[in-house]
Amino acid sequence: MAKFFAVTIIVIAILSAIPILRHTWVAPEDISTHGHLIDEQMSETMAEAGIAFLAAQFILAIFIWKFSNRPADAKIKSFPGGAKALVIAAFLVVGIEVLALGVFGVKAWADVYLTPPSANAMPIQVQAGQFAFYFRYPGPDGTFGPIHPELINESTENFFGLDVDHDADSKDDIVTAEMAVPINKEVHLLMHTKDLGHSFFVRELRVQQDFVPGLDVSLHFTATKVGKYEIVCTQLCGLGHYNMKAYLEVMSQQDFDDWLKKQAANQ
Amino acid sequence: MSVHAAHHAPTSFIRKHVFSLDHKVIGKQYYALALVAAMVGMFLSWLMRIHLAWTNAAIPGLQLLSANGAPGGVMTPEYYLQLMTMHGTIMVFFVLTTAPFAAFGNFFLPIQVGAEDMPFPRFNMMSFWVTFTAFIVLMASFFVSDGPTLGGWTQYAPLNAVGPLAGPGQGMGVILWMASIAIFCVGQLLGSLNFITTTLDLRVKGMSLMRLPLSAWAWFITSCMGLTAFAVLMPACILAILDHVAGTSFFVPSNLVISGQLLPHSGGSTLLWQHLFWFFGHPEVYIAIVPGIGIVSHILLANMRRPMLSQRVLIYCMGALAVLSYMVYGHHMFVSGMNPYSSLAFSFPTLAITIPATITVLIWTFSLYGSKLRINAASLFALGFISMFVSGGVSGFFLAQPSIDIMLHATYFVVGHFHLVMAVAAMFGIFAGTYFWFPKMAGRMMNETLGKAHFWLSFVGAYCIFMPFHYLGMAGNVRRYSTFVDDYLQPLIPVHRFITVAALLTGCAQLIFLYNLIHSRFWGKPAPDNPWEATSLEWSTATPPPFDNFGGKHPIVYHDPYQYGVQSSVGDYVMQASPEQVKTEHDEK
Repeated sequence: MAKFFAVTIIVIAILSAIPILRHTWVAPEDISTHGHLIDEQMSETMAEAGIAFLAAQFILAIFIWKFSNRPADAKIKSFPGGAKALVIAAFLVVGIEVLALGVFGVKAWADVYLTPPSANAMPIQVQAGQFAFYFRYPGPDGTFGPIHPELINESTENFFGLDVDHDADSKDDIVTAEMAVPINKEVHLLMHTKDLGHSFFVRELRVQQDFVPGLDVSLHFTATKVGKYEIVCTQLCGLGHYNMKAYLEVMSQQDFDDWLKKQAANQ
Repeated sequence: MSVHAAHHAPTSFIRKHVFSLDHKVIGKQYYALALVAAMVGMFLSWLMRIHLAWTNAAIPGLQLLSANGAPGGVMTPEYYLQLMTMHGTIMVFFVLTTAPFAAFGNFFLPIQVGAEDMPFPRFNMMSFWVTFTAFIVLMASFFVSDGPTLGGWTQYAPLNAVGPLAGPGQGMGVILWMASIAIFCVGQLLGSLNFITTTLDLRVKGMSLMRLPLSAWAWFITSCMGLTAFAVLMPACILAILDHVAGTSFFVPSNLVISGQLLPHSGGSTLLWQHLFWFFGHPEVYIAIVPGIGIVSHILLANMRRPMLSQRVLIYCMGALAVLSYMVYGHHMFVSGMNPYSSLAFSFPTLAITIPATITVLIWTFSLYGSKLRINAASLFALGFISMFVSGGVSGFFLAQPSIDIMLHATYFVVGHFHLVMAVAAMFGIFAGTYFWFPKMAGRMMNETLGKAHFWLSFVGAYCIFMPFHYLGMAGNVRRYSTFVDDYLQPLIPVHRFITVAALLTGCAQLIFLYNLIHSRFWGKPAPDNPWEATSLEWSTATPPPFDNFGGKHPIVYHDPYQYGVQSSVGDYVMQASPEQVKTEHDEK
């Protein structure tokens, strides 16, 4: 039975690794300028974790195979080097590995979170609420009008609580239910929630960030491929959480300008 | 130290079996509670898995559980979330915390240190009945008008504090959840206090700290974590209740508009809840797994017939896991809106915690080298624990890094990770403990053939369920969705169906265990005092142990806990309480 167990462990380890090696289920192609750093970090971690996983399972299986059900008079042996060698090996190998992963990983993180958006990044505000996203473009004046929570009213489609009669900055704001961005243009996303915690996740953009009630959070990214991508909520926000989504359309600059004009006309 | 039981053997049924002060009865009560909770939790997971694989399928009889939640047997999205929340809460608190720590710890910690009982038996009795009350309060939420809370076992703010406006179950459901967990914390605090004092004050003559078995060390370290972690969660729950009933705003900021209504709250912080919750929550996963590490070490040693490569290093590793567990909690919050520099600060200790975890695995694995491994149901589950702990542990590498977490946060990758490393591994620890200690607890042997069948189905089944979760997560499949309506999720639905079938079959395999447990309890072969030829004090006493554990004679400890692979008058081991002098060749280097 011990030998069968050892073989089972090895078979499970190999079967588990096959979908990874064959890239059966992977994230879709990256469409951002920063995403390749995350993908590289992911591949390096996969290589190191994969080797650790296979090595640990194989050694476990081999020792179970070799040292189970030995005859009564068999001698007990100790691993040469003892615990000391293992502790030193763990500190050296795992220590260096985690230090390297940690240090190199800082670059990918810093690209998204620690560097400010460039001065000419295009501001877009996204508002999350049970169970929809709404987007706001500042219009020709380049400034968002203030939000008045008491004026938020879904039936009059005043999703952001804008007071266009009194706030000059709000007059030209363009509110949409879908998000569009021009290709190769940095976007500065200003994230605001009107009710609960939500999240903004676009797999292709390699972007995920929670909305925090009471705090305005921001993100910046540059999309590099024309197409239509799903924006989904990843923070449990109530019964409609599974259905809270919108689309992000990445367009050529010309298409984007046309789209924005059309949206402005619909306000 | 001389130890006297603070009470006499009871004679009435109620004092003997219900409100008992005997740590052994309390341990069994905890075990029974965990067993009931595990069955409820598993049943809920079946319902969830069926719904995820076949969303519109009517589950016969489900409407009887909740007419609103499952009209005609078809689960609504909110009911899915309610069941999911209850599954997580029941499993984490009432199974993974209760069984390996409170159940086995209560029964065996005093015996392993040579004590007659815990120092505060009344507190001990209270700790169980308080925990039982917490379970009843949680279950009661199934029966309130709009059912249990749907906020997940993490109960994030402000969903947990704004009341029924936010959805079904967010009124009374949340209040009952918070009350239940606050009560649960009281039980754990009382239990931890007892465990710590038992270990420090009630050891018999010769039982130095380094002579404590690894299981006793694990319970001691866990109780230190319990004392600090539950002490933070309890006030957090009370503050959340106040936000509901007293109009406070601890977790609710100003200007929130829910269902068209501007809330009257102002000034609270939603991230405050996350910090408080995870300051408890991350140590909690170690509270669930460290007893498993100790139990598995204890069982492996008896079955390897040799000492650990280093007992001392394993103890230090468990200690390091406990200390580091408080410094890593922020990895749950990388993309939460917390300061991004904090994410980096939390990332390094999270990566560093891999070192003690790796050393633990290496010590186990390389202690197998040159051993005389016995294969039985207990050792199979202990070895399975190592395999699961490794498989779930390596995915921690990914989640420890904020940049990768951007892609994997809140996906099924996380679900796969914590189920393998914490839930399945801890369950394997519980099973290993049951097969190993059942003879001492019940006085009868369990059926080995059924035990092995249970192991094979559980081992293969658990991998079939939880390994694919990682793949789903890598493809971006978000967790906590009741239905997969997004375009990109459609190709992943067959994987969910595979997982559901595996979960149903693996769940059925647990019925073998249940049958074995009940059948062996009444009709199993009578157990000898030391069926595994083991060395620690629980095997020096009668089976089952008398009321005062050692029949009025206090044992004296002469040896380290795991003197296997020696030549003595009884065989290849010498018991801790045996005065026989033996030559040890394989002691720690």
